Amino acid sequence: MNIHEYQGKELLRQYGVAVSYGIVAFSPEEAVKAAKELSTDIVVVKAQIHAGGRGKAGGVKIAKNLDEVRAYAKELLGKVLVTHQTGPEGKEIKRLLIEEGSDIKKEYYIGLVLDRQTSRVTLMGSEEGGVDIEEVSENTPEKIFKEIIDPVVGLTGFQARRMAFNMNIPPKLVNKAAKFMLGLYTVFVEKDASIVEINPLVETGDGNILALDAKFDFDENALYRHKDIVELRDFDEEDSKEIEASKYDLSYISLDGNIGCMVNGAGLAMATMDTINYYGGTPANFLDVGGGATAEKVTEAFKIILSDKNVKGIFVNIFGGIMKCDIIAEGVIQAAKEVSLDVPLVVRLEGTNVEIGKKLLNESGLNIVAAGTMADGAKKIVELVG
Amino acid sequence: MSVYINKDTKVLVQGITGSTALFHTKQMLEYGTKIVAGVTPGKGGTEAEGVPVFNTVEDAVKATGANVSVIYVPAPFAADAILEAVEAELDMAICITEHIPVLDMVKVKRYMEGKKTRLVGPNCPGVITPDECKIGIMPGYIHKKGHVGVVSRSGTLTYEATHQLSEEGIGQSTAVGIGGDPVNGTNFIDVLKEFNEDEDTYAVVMIGEIGGTAEEEAAEWVKANMTKPVVGFIGGQTAPEGKRMGHAGAIISGGKGTAADKIKAMNEAGIEVADTPSVIGETLIKVIKEKGLYDKCKTH
Repeated sequence: MNIHEYQGKELLRQYGVAVSYGIVAFSPEEAVKAAKELSTDIVVVKAQIHAGGRGKAGGVKIAKNLDEVRAYAKELLGKVLVTHQTGPEGKEIKRLLIEEGSDIKKEYYIGLVLDRQTSRVTLMGSEEGGVDIEEVSENTPEKIFKEIIDPVVGLTGFQARRMAFNMNIPPKLVNKAAKFMLGLYTVFVEKDASIVEINPLVETGDGNILALDAKFDFDENALYRHKDIVELRDFDEEDSKEIEASKYDLSYISLDGNIGCMVNGAGLAMATMDTINYYGGTPANFLDVGGGATAEKVTEAFKIILSDKNVKGIFVNIFGGIMKCDIIAEGVIQAAKEVSLDVPLVVRLEGTNVEIGKKLLNESGLNIVAAGTMADGAKKIVELVG
Repeated sequence: MSVYINKDTKVLVQGITGSTALFHTKQMLEYGTKIVAGVTPGKGGTEAEGVPVFNTVEDAVKATGANVSVIYVPAPFAADAILEAVEAELDMAICITEHIPVLDMVKVKRYMEGKKTRLVGPNCPGVITPDECKIGIMPGYIHKKGHVGVVSRSGTLTYEATHQLSEEGIGQSTAVGIGGDPVNGTNFIDVLKEFNEDEDTYAVVMIGEIGGTAEEEAAEWVKANMTKPVVGFIGGQTAPEGKRMGHAGAIISGGKGTAADKIKAMNEAGIEVADTPSVIGETLIKVIKEKGLYDKCKTH
């Protein structure tokens, strides 16, 4: 789960991690009011959307006075910002961060991420800040440093200092930088983050080290123990069908195609998309109904698929293990009763309780095309959708 | 022969009184798995599906000699259940539970260093040695005893592959689901090593998916060490970047972890990769025919 920059900075502030000061605004009036409360003449007006690359896309403006704050706020609010991370459709700006201007002397990069090879949280840092870190990693990998963290002791002081020295942070600021990193690690583990990126981390003219940006992603599996983080969720930033699906613990991702998919198991769901694609079709979604799905959940899954107006056909592909085929069948029948099913439906059932499931579908009177295998089902639905 | 589990494996079910665990305990018993104990704190002294229930893993091991545990404990408590299995020095703990917070698993992995127990999973379908021992949630009837090892990050894709093999009369030695989480106990290389050394395994099917670099590392290992043919499949060839595709570990980030990279690495290691999951069986059969292993693998 992502949060906004201003929320991330608030979180950092709570942990004593230095950040540039700012106030969130939802209207030009609020923006001006916020600017008045700041201590600097130069104010930064920053678009708050869940995507990087905002600066390059024109979502960050430097205002020299209150009139400019108002003008930029008017310009940005309601505007659709297209960055390299939003996709071509972009994202509408609904919130702004009005922030004190910083006297930037140098920009760095610092981040925490899970390293899958070592199964440890890893601190990553570079003196190449303010640019796309993936490009740095591609072009000058020697400029990225890593510290692998032992969960027993956490990030240690010497590791943080070593990182600061490696990043060529001026020696007199190394302790400040180390304190920053230690605080960052504490937030990461206490809030179950999956990624924290500070890009840029800046050295200011008056000798401070602070976060000019803050990107957080949290482990969805740990949200149950972080009610405060859950409250930061911004539904405007998410796909409405994905929100609906998450209410029923369904794993759903919107895609561009026209064949709706309902599958059990993430691997099979991905492979179903791949197979539809292989036979010349395009999937409208990824949907894993999971292992513990009930008939009600399956019904909801069906409704969500059908709420996508691009859907011209549905392929249900089930290989039951923990998920029983009769549950899927009941859900499909229930859904077909509740919503008018006017697109072709191909169903492939295999696995636990497959015979009961097939029998239920056969006796339901629904117009269902049965498929023997995943390939057979994919071919059939691609043909039916045309 | 087989890897990890066989007809002598004595199984303990952690969280046995939950509804999913009860359902699958019944299925495992029907398959012939020797389930000797269950554990649910507070329900010690009772029975579930005819299996004696204990309050702690330690008690269960003392009383029954269980050596492998299967964990169906809900996610918030699952990491603790793994630790309890490790503490009791079981040979293996197989964790079915999905949605365990990743930082819990980081701690579990650290705790397990130097300990006896092997963890399989979490977020996995389990391990099966056909006709001998089924531990987990996979449907038993799709498997057939034989000589092909299966290792996979995905449960349902494992079923696809084994089902195809069985239909073609190609049985399996053991099928191991290593799970879809970014931090797991057993990786591809661990299982490939076992299959390489198992005299009853003649060929291997390896099923990966997007995210991380486990497949690339496994491919390198295969290239350097594997004496048996390996065929593969990678799920998520059409997955968009930056989206977590159901499994916590299935995400392409920063251009890393793509199916294309994995397929390339596998091909370079001599692993033939099936275009779609529906032809995993066919691909394996083609390869074992080329290597002259078909007759040995065909189960009569």
